[in-house]
Amino acid sequence: MKDLVDVSGEVRVNDFVIKIGNVNGTGSASANGLLMKAIFRMGVPVVGKNLFPSNIQGLPTWYEIRLTKDGYMARSGTAEFIVAMNAETYKQDLADVSPGGFLLYDSTWPRPDLHARADVTAIGVPLARLVNAAFDNARTRVLMKNMAYVGAVAGLTGLDVEVIHNLVKEMFGTKEHLIDANMKAIGLGLDYVREHFADPLPLRIEPMDKTAGHIMIDGNTAAALGCVYAGATFGAWYPITPSTSLMDGFKAFCETFRVDPETGEKNFCIIQGEDELASVGMAIGAGWNGARAFTPTSGPGISLMSEFIGFAYYGEVPVVLFDVQRAGPSTGLPTRTQQCDITLAAYASHGDTKHILLFPANPKECFEMAVQSFDIAERFQAPVFFMTDLDIGMNDWMIPELEWDDSYQPDRGKVLSADEIDKLEKFYRYEDRDGDAIPWRTLPGTHPKGAYFTRGSGHNWKGGYTEDSDEYKEVLDRLTTKWENAANAVPAPVITRCGQPARRAIISVGGCDGAVLEALDRFAENGVNLDYLRLRGFPFNAEVDAFIAAYDEVFVVEQNRDGQLRSLLVNETEAPKHKLVSILDYAGMAANPKFIIEGISAHLEALGDVA
Amino acid sequence: MTSMSKPFIDKHLPKNKLGLSVRNYEGVMSTLCAGCGHDSVTAALVQAFWELDLAPESAAKVSGIGCSSKTTAYFMGQSHGINCVHGRMPSVATGANAANGDLNYIGISGDGDSLSIGFGQFAHSIRRNLNMLYILENNGVYGLTKGQFSAAADYGSKSKKGIENDQMPIDPCVQALTLGAGFVARAFSGDKTQLVPLIKAGLKHKGFALIDVISPCVTFNDHAGSTKSYAHTYKYYHPLVHTDFVAHADEVTGAYDQDGAMRVTMQDGGELFLRKTESDYDPRDRAQAIETLLMNKTEGEIRTGLLYLNSDLPDMQAANKLPKTPLNQVPYESLTPGKAALAKLQARYR
Repeated sequence: MKDLVDVSGEVRVNDFVIKIGNVNGTGSASANGLLMKAIFRMGVPVVGKNLFPSNIQGLPTWYEIRLTKDGYMARSGTAEFIVAMNAETYKQDLADVSPGGFLLYDSTWPRPDLHARADVTAIGVPLARLVNAAFDNARTRVLMKNMAYVGAVAGLTGLDVEVIHNLVKEMFGTKEHLIDANMKAIGLGLDYVREHFADPLPLRIEPMDKTAGHIMIDGNTAAALGCVYAGATFGAWYPITPSTSLMDGFKAFCETFRVDPETGEKNFCIIQGEDELASVGMAIGAGWNGARAFTPTSGPGISLMSEFIGFAYYGEVPVVLFDVQRAGPSTGLPTRTQQCDITLAAYASHGDTKHILLFPANPKECFEMAVQSFDIAERFQAPVFFMTDLDIGMNDWMIPELEWDDSYQPDRGKVLSADEIDKLEKFYRYEDRDGDAIPWRTLPGTHPKGAYFTRGSGHNWKGGYTEDSDEYKEVLDRLTTKWENAANAVPAPVITRCGQPARRAIISVGGCDGAVLEALDRFAENGVNLDYLRLRGFPFNAEVDAFIAAYDEVFVVEQNRDGQLRSLLVNETEAPKHKLVSILDYAGMAANPKFIIEGISAHLEALGDVA
Repeated sequence: MTSMSKPFIDKHLPKNKLGLSVRNYEGVMSTLCAGCGHDSVTAALVQAFWELDLAPESAAKVSGIGCSSKTTAYFMGQSHGINCVHGRMPSVATGANAANGDLNYIGISGDGDSLSIGFGQFAHSIRRNLNMLYILENNGVYGLTKGQFSAAADYGSKSKKGIENDQMPIDPCVQALTLGAGFVARAFSGDKTQLVPLIKAGLKHKGFALIDVISPCVTFNDHAGSTKSYAHTYKYYHPLVHTDFVAHADEVTGAYDQDGAMRVTMQDGGELFLRKTESDYDPRDRAQAIETLLMNKTEGEIRTGLLYLNSDLPDMQAANKLPKTPLNQVPYESLTPGKAALAKLQARYR
């Protein structure tokens, strides 16, 4: 029996990170998901981040599970316990272990070099040897080695094996032989560490009650569910990481809820386009014809769609674009996260165009804002951008259970019925009858008097072609007013005040939220007073201007190199440029509080100030 | 593109079954050059719609950019039209059709719009067997930008400035045949008696119906040395298959069975009669159709008519099992799973 050395001497309960390094394509995702779900089932809040390569098989991949008894939502940026299953990355993994932490590796092939760090304890478990002795098939051995480390981790941290057993049963249903095989593999790792190590690690998992009423879900799935509940009937898409799972989700939910069991008829249509240009064109065609239509994509897709986006803006056709942002420019890092399409989306397409943007921060907001996006698109007869990202879209987040109000009715906007058209003397497509800059529209085939011609060329308020300067300007000016009015229809900003007099504040957006909130706790502990506004929509409403005006300095926290959100604030509010200080994280990883704390602290130190 | 309407006087004109004259099927005044082939196609569309007794609001007109694309404003003024971006009409038509398959989708495109910038969308809308009439008004040049060769210009054909085209042409009919289109026709804007029945048959075909209409550009491509001029087309075109379309079966008279005419019942109603003018041509033989078109290219002949017909292919609506009630009319109550389902669904995420 070996004693495990606790270098730091501190026992950490439900507050550390388990990071698993593996090889892509070895089936580790289900083992890692099982680990995280088991911790969640024990009532311990978790944050899971999958760091995967743009590859199907062979390149390194990592999965981080943060246990956070305080319920934080971001990465911590630390790694107290690394399970190193990829010999290619041993060196990097060893270097990444936080001081006082642990590294578990497959000691079938002993590696004395992994014991090189005095402040890290390396734990060898001969996983391959154990698994090879117990299983015959080569592929099975690869998969079961993953399950064996789940068992080892459980044995070392106190993760409840009964909880794991239940999850394995749920995973495989009636396939008893698979349940047995997986539990056998888990047992191999578990028994080995129990036999060979005297004590569990000082990193302990203990039952809590902080996950009741919560679910673990990714943002793309939640957004897809939002599309179903919004009553979207048409989706067109071209496969692109990291948006693909959104359409996969929509299809799966529709197959469950929207297929007539008797006739097999489907109350939805999904078309995989030949490219993104076609996909958005299809969504626009369906929107023009009165279906709730959307297209999920990522930055490269938005670039391709830009001409059509301008058409929908000028022709006033409702359509929802889900931009699951990834790191650019160009192909960039397709499997890494960023918030790098903010300015692209805000002004997408040539000519004077301004769009409506919604910024969800987590899967719960993905569900809710997906529904809102369709309402706003139809109310304002315009493209609406749903600005999510890879971190929100593809990682499982712990969120409060989704709620639905059955009294919800979609806002289909101003669409004239056949009877209403019949009573009109004459219908003019772009007439501002109500003085709210939103004209009435009609759907094809409704009534001969309601016919009009949608065009991307210059048109007047009647919908007719024009090259007359005044007529052209009249429509363009109305579009500006219409867009400005959307400021009060998009979700309002969320303001968090520190409760103390503050001279400085933070503005941020989307998936940075969890990291900002955690950073604010650390600042508060150190007597640094900062208020916080999280933007949830564009155009910005008056609250944003008022907020910025109340502080000497505002830190704009975002995930891109160029400070795109700051540019938008400079451009679209009265805020003086010098007041807005960028805190930028564009490394492609999910946001963590460290970069915010370090960035703001460095700024304050340089000023010789402590806020 | 104008919004000028024409004076409306139709009391002496014959009425169709809906009590409407052809004037009810017109649009705003054309602003194309006098003598443009496209205006003849527009007139044929008006005639065909009127003859089919279709409600004037039952069409949905879709187009891209170019002289041909402008013409959707010139017919069926009581129907909705959408004039989108260059070469992307098929995608808009796809989405619109998915939302409501009950309308008559008419796409008007040109050789630049379909065969260059929009070649991909042209091809993929055929692959999806989108139920629409797709008229390609083919003049071999870019008119609005003043006379550049298009991808349909024949090899060796001369531009107005005397320059010979040194690239091989794309033949939209050959392309459509290889991509699996079920209705492929070629026509000439100068022959309305052939074009009108083809348009009627194309509208009644359930699936993608292509009519490639040689439609000369009087301003930039109607000179000696051009293979898309009026003179050249009149000289070399001859109908390969004579097409008649009868909307209502009860109107069929014995005359149609003469000359061994082939009778086809269309899925969307009506009877089609195809009479061969060359004894060995069978418009149901795809390989023969492709071979004939390739042969025409070397001979310089322009064979016209309904070159290929297969009405048995499921269209996009059928392939996607779309409901009888168009998606844009399905009530919200049938689309939302509701609160209870959401609560139940979330068990899998716990």
